[in-house]
Amino acid sequence: MNLQAIRAIFVFEMSRFFRSLIQSLISPVISTSLYFVVFGAAIGSRIDQVEGVSYGAFIVPGLVMLTVMTQATSNASFGIYFPKFIGTVYEILSAPINFIEITIGYVGAAAVKSLFIGLMILATSTLFVDVSIAHPLAMIAFLLLTCLSFALLGFIIGIWAGNFEQLQLIPLLVITPLVFLGGSFYSTSMLPPFWQKVSLLNPVHYLISGFRWSFFGQADVPVGVSLVAIAGFTSLCLLTIWWIFRTGWRLRQ
Amino acid sequence: MPPIVKVSGLRKQYDSGFEALKGVDLEIEEGEIIALLGPNGAGKTTLISAICGIAVPTSGTITVGGHDAIRDYRAARELIGLVPQEINLEPFERVQNTVRFSRGVFGKSPNEAYIQDILAQLSLGDKARARVRELSGGMKRRVLIAKALSHEPRILFLDEPTAGVDVELRKDMWEVVRKLKENGVTIILTTHYIEEAEAIADRIAVINNGEILLVQDKDELMRQMGRKQLRIDLAESIGQVPESLAEFALTLSDDGRSLTYEYDTRADRTGITTLLAKMQDTGLKLADLQTKQSSLEEIFVGLVKETA
Ligand SMILES: Nc1ncnc2c1ncn2[C@@H]1O[C@H](COP(=O)(O)OP(=O)(O)OP(=O)(O)O)[C@@H](O)[C@H]1O
Ligand SMILES: [Mg+2]
Repeated sequence: MNLQAIRAIFVFEMSRFFRSLIQSLISPVISTSLYFVVFGAAIGSRIDQVEGVSYGAFIVPGLVMLTVMTQATSNASFGIYFPKFIGTVYEILSAPINFIEITIGYVGAAAVKSLFIGLMILATSTLFVDVSIAHPLAMIAFLLLTCLSFALLGFIIGIWAGNFEQLQLIPLLVITPLVFLGGSFYSTSMLPPFWQKVSLLNPVHYLISGFRWSFFGQADVPVGVSLVAIAGFTSLCLLTIWWIFRTGWRLRQ
Repeated sequence: MPPIVKVSGLRKQYDSGFEALKGVDLEIEEGEIIALLGPNGAGKTTLISAICGIAVPTSGTITVGGHDAIRDYRAARELIGLVPQEINLEPFERVQNTVRFSRGVFGKSPNEAYIQDILAQLSLGDKARARVRELSGGMKRRVLIAKALSHEPRILFLDEPTAGVDVELRKDMWEVVRKLKENGVTIILTTHYIEEAEAIADRIAVINNGEILLVQDKDELMRQMGRKQLRIDLAESIGQVPESLAEFALTLSDDGRSLTYEYDTRADRTGITTLLAKMQDTGLKLADLQTKQSSLEEIFVGLVKETA
């Protein structure tokens, strides 16, 4: 294991984050505040409670998930795509490192960044509503696993993408709709039966449900199922990356 | 001593189907400077990329320091530093950060003193904290060299290190390369400038269309280049070279109207004066004189044309 290399990639990626720390943090914080104003204050005043929780508090886990998923994906995809785009990837390809080390470096940095942003969102939301966390350890575990798995997904997208449009495509076309339709801002039990069934096909639904359970002790689906779903998703990403590593797909000529 | 880099039967076919290397064999000796000369698209960068692990060979083997470049890639790549042809640098990054990064990904523990020393040697000491986009093109090229040297490699690949670099800086770079050689670093450089190969290389390899045409000691080549031909056109044709001129090993043209004399410009006496004096004694009338030099450039162009 080339630990120095992992460290170098991680530090380099994190320095990119800290260099633009204000930008990196300000936009998620502002958009979270907007969500609270729109969903919490405007709409929430007409829906007093969801599953025994005030609507404002109810949307906190969904908001954190929404941000963490999009941030982890975009950070990781950009992290590996950018060197390909400007050509500095030659250095990584000619270094005495393997794909596992490259993945740990880039995915690790993206996961830590998004974790950081997720925690910032959580802190921001306490300014608007009372947030209580029923199972803090489970909450951290769900958050970490989500950061990690979506950073893995982003890494795959970054390797696959041949241009900036493709880089934006999957987050825009797949992740955002899945997150919005996965019950970020409502409980799926509020949906008609047919749409409840459809929601069961949405993997993100399981993550949000499990994450919300760690806050309020209630879930749309059993928490064990949520755990299996996120573990399955992480394994799928790992398998894909292993396959990329085996075939040298899209990185080496 | 076994060669530090050994390439045998190397073929590279790109995904497009284009065969950029068609069975290259090359042995690079430890401590030498070898120049790869060849026209655009000859396969120089492809060859370097294959050795450094950026391009996957279609077939053939590569060993670096005795380690197979594929099976034993860690040991092989640790020995290599690469300065790419293109200036690939992150514009917003600070110079010293990108150099530190390079050292790290090659598995070396941080050594700030060494990094600052490398930067100073490349006259970048005062630019260590500058951002890459604030540098001139020549400075960026030197940052690439600093990155390649950051992990103390034993073999350095320089892919057209002096393209677009002014004469002054080019000489500075040659100086850097010579110093590296003194420290025992093996250097492989590609170039389009024949004078550059002449100035610093120990050996010269000519490559074209994915094939190595010639690998030769530079001094050997220079000796060939130092040979000059003197053509003497005669006023009247003769049947054979007169006996009295036998010592000059002249060749007579088919029409019997011109004689060719080969001599070495670097010899103490070229023999031209004596030859002309003797010709006069023999009563031969001269119509014209011409001299012709075979330069490295000519050898190079000739070789490349032959295989085109
Ligand atoms: N990624 C690629 N895919 C397909 N063909 C390629 C690729 N890279 C290079 N080639 C082709 O391989 C041949 C050799 O290219 P290479 O870059 O090795 O030449 P070179 O000798 O370095 O030329 P130059 O002096 O211009 O740098 C060229 O015909 C080029 O078009
Ligand atoms: Mg080239």
